[in-house]
Amino acid sequence: MSVLVVAEHIRGQVRDVTRELIAAGRELGPVTVAVIARDPSALVGAVDVEGVEEIVTVEVAAAEFENDAYQAAVEALVASRQPRVTLLGFTVNSMGYGPAVAAKLGLGFASDVHGVVLEGDAVIATRSFYGSKVSAELEFPGAEGVLLLLRPTTWAPAEGPGSARVSSVEVPAAPSRARHLELVEPAGSTDVDITQADFLLSIGRGIGEQENVERFAGLAGKMGATLTVSRPLVDAGWVPAARQVGQSGKTVKPSVYLAFGISGAVQHLAGMKTSGTIIAVNTDPEAAIFSVAHYGASADMFGVAEELEKLF
Amino acid sequence: MRVVVCVKQVLQLGDEVEFTADGLDVDPDYLDAALNEWDSFATEEALQLRERLGGEVVLVTCGAKESEPALRRCLAMGADRAIRIEGAGGDPFSVARALAEVVRAESPDLVLCGVQSSDAVQAATGTALAELLGLPRTAVVTSVDYDEGSRKAVVDRELEGGLRDRVEVDTPAVLTIQTGINQPRYANLRAIKQAEQVEIDVRSTAGGGTPAYRVRRMFLPARGGGAEMLDGSPAEIAARIAAIVKERLA
Ligand SMILES: Cc1cc2nc3c(=O)[nH]c(=O)nc-3n(C[C@H](O)[C@H](O)[C@H](O)COP(=O)(O)OP(=O)(O)OC[C@H]3O[C@@H](n4cnc5c(N)ncnc54)[C@H](O)[C@@H]3O)c2cc1C
Ligand SMILES: Nc1ncnc2c1ncn2[C@@H]1O[C@H](COP(=O)(O)O)[C@@H](O)[C@H]1O
Repeated sequence: MSVLVVAEHIRGQVRDVTRELIAAGRELGPVTVAVIARDPSALVGAVDVEGVEEIVTVEVAAAEFENDAYQAAVEALVASRQPRVTLLGFTVNSMGYGPAVAAKLGLGFASDVHGVVLEGDAVIATRSFYGSKVSAELEFPGAEGVLLLLRPTTWAPAEGPGSARVSSVEVPAAPSRARHLELVEPAGSTDVDITQADFLLSIGRGIGEQENVERFAGLAGKMGATLTVSRPLVDAGWVPAARQVGQSGKTVKPSVYLAFGISGAVQHLAGMKTSGTIIAVNTDPEAAIFSVAHYGASADMFGVAEELEKLF
Repeated sequence: MRVVVCVKQVLQLGDEVEFTADGLDVDPDYLDAALNEWDSFATEEALQLRERLGGEVVLVTCGAKESEPALRRCLAMGADRAIRIEGAGGDPFSVARALAEVVRAESPDLVLCGVQSSDAVQAATGTALAELLGLPRTAVVTSVDYDEGSRKAVVDRELEGGLRDRVEVDTPAVLTIQTGINQPRYANLRAIKQAEQVEIDVRSTAGGGTPAYRVRRMFLPARGGGAEMLDGSPAEIAARIAAIVKERLA
């Protein structure tokens, strides 16, 4: 049962998710890590951790990720090595080529996978449906191999020194039809750094109307908390992006994270689930946020806010 | 120009759940339907391109008759026509294969999908569709600057942490659209009424081909280690929260 892990990197740094994939992969079988980059040799050290048998490098022309180059490289590696399981992170880069590789090669495929086991020779993946409220076990009938996009921050990153063989493979350059031009930093904020605050009061779409934001900003002020938000409030233009918690916002780890009207989508949880104490208020008793919260209340956020205002 | 937008009617679970007798899905009685949030942003982006460059916006969905309200919502926003495909399986590859047949025949200049569907969170259908169509693609797009003369688009991909990757993509292409790229318009009552009258072009697909996966069992996740629930009146809940906060920050 061989496993191919595709390393993810940006600006010359291997991203954490790569060692998480290695951790998941080494439970299944011998792991080969593919490093696809303009200068792959500079990245090899970062993926040579315990449990990696082989590191295979593929040199490509582009300075940063391009989906055609990754697709060509991964297709070539899957064709030549026939891994039973190919593991990618459930990340923005993978979304651009992972499903294409699997669809083209006829591999079984699933994304946002948070559990993988082998039953004999069969790969069984677990993922969620319906707003993370139910789980499902998936099987992959009729597929020789499977390609899975694993949910980040689910497996503890593999550690320990490795002693992998390193080899390199040449893959004919694919014409790049979507070309990297430049990386653009998100607009900076001078007014707040939510990653430094010890107490965050976070509001989500349960707020309903823009007018209500001010009320919770006021409550945060009274309680000595910094106001943060889920993405829809930023998308709507109600709150600046510097206050967004989650995968495309900031990752935070305050002592207390008090969430009002946030459902607990996977991309939100990715940014706050390691907070010290998580308290969630949501009218829906089955909201996914309660699966990571330490304390929860199935209640109307406005009613609770009104009472909290009196206590601070 | 012709822009095809793939839209999905998503199914949302409330606070109660029962599974179907075979244990492979949620009983439809417990699910409410809605237009996938991402697809309203994709539709808005298509409408803005049409307003600038002329042409038409064509909607395509895969699903049973019950999924037509999603199409009608987007028609009410201003899309020109809508196609519904019957008979495809629910996994992203089966859906992408069914979409590909219809989208190819439209010879679009751009195909817009949502980044993901909120009920399934796969972020897979658009990229699989691009592969089946042999088209370039970019995923998680937060801005589109399309140049008709050169038939290229400069788009931003939004990466983790909000960093953006500016990409030049050859078109026709498939783009998966991220929320926040625009502010989707509201349809007025008249437009909603008119959209009710539009005839939806229904096609069927033979299906077939290997699915991406097959659900073997659906179940409620174990709530082990879940939250301690605070009960009582809002005042009692607030008092407990205040006590916990004060203790943790002390
Ligand atoms: C690539 C990518 C990156 C993303 N990055 C992020 C990110 O960084 N951060 C992020 O947050 N999201 C991100 N998202 C979006 C994410 O998938 C969800 O759409 C989003 O987190 C939902 O926000 P929400 O919980 O506020 O809204 P909803 O999911 O709509 O939830 C609102 C909640 O409020 C509750 N509610 C309603 N009324 C009340 C009331 N009166 N009192 C109490 N509760 C109430 C409801 O029960 C519901 O649970 C990303 C998505 C993608 C595809
Ligand atoms: N049944 C469907 N019909 C039409 N488009 C779909 C369907 N399912 C998914 N899509 C498109 O693919 C996007 C991503 O969905 P998913 O891959 O399921 O997360 C959606 O935003 C739609 O644009």
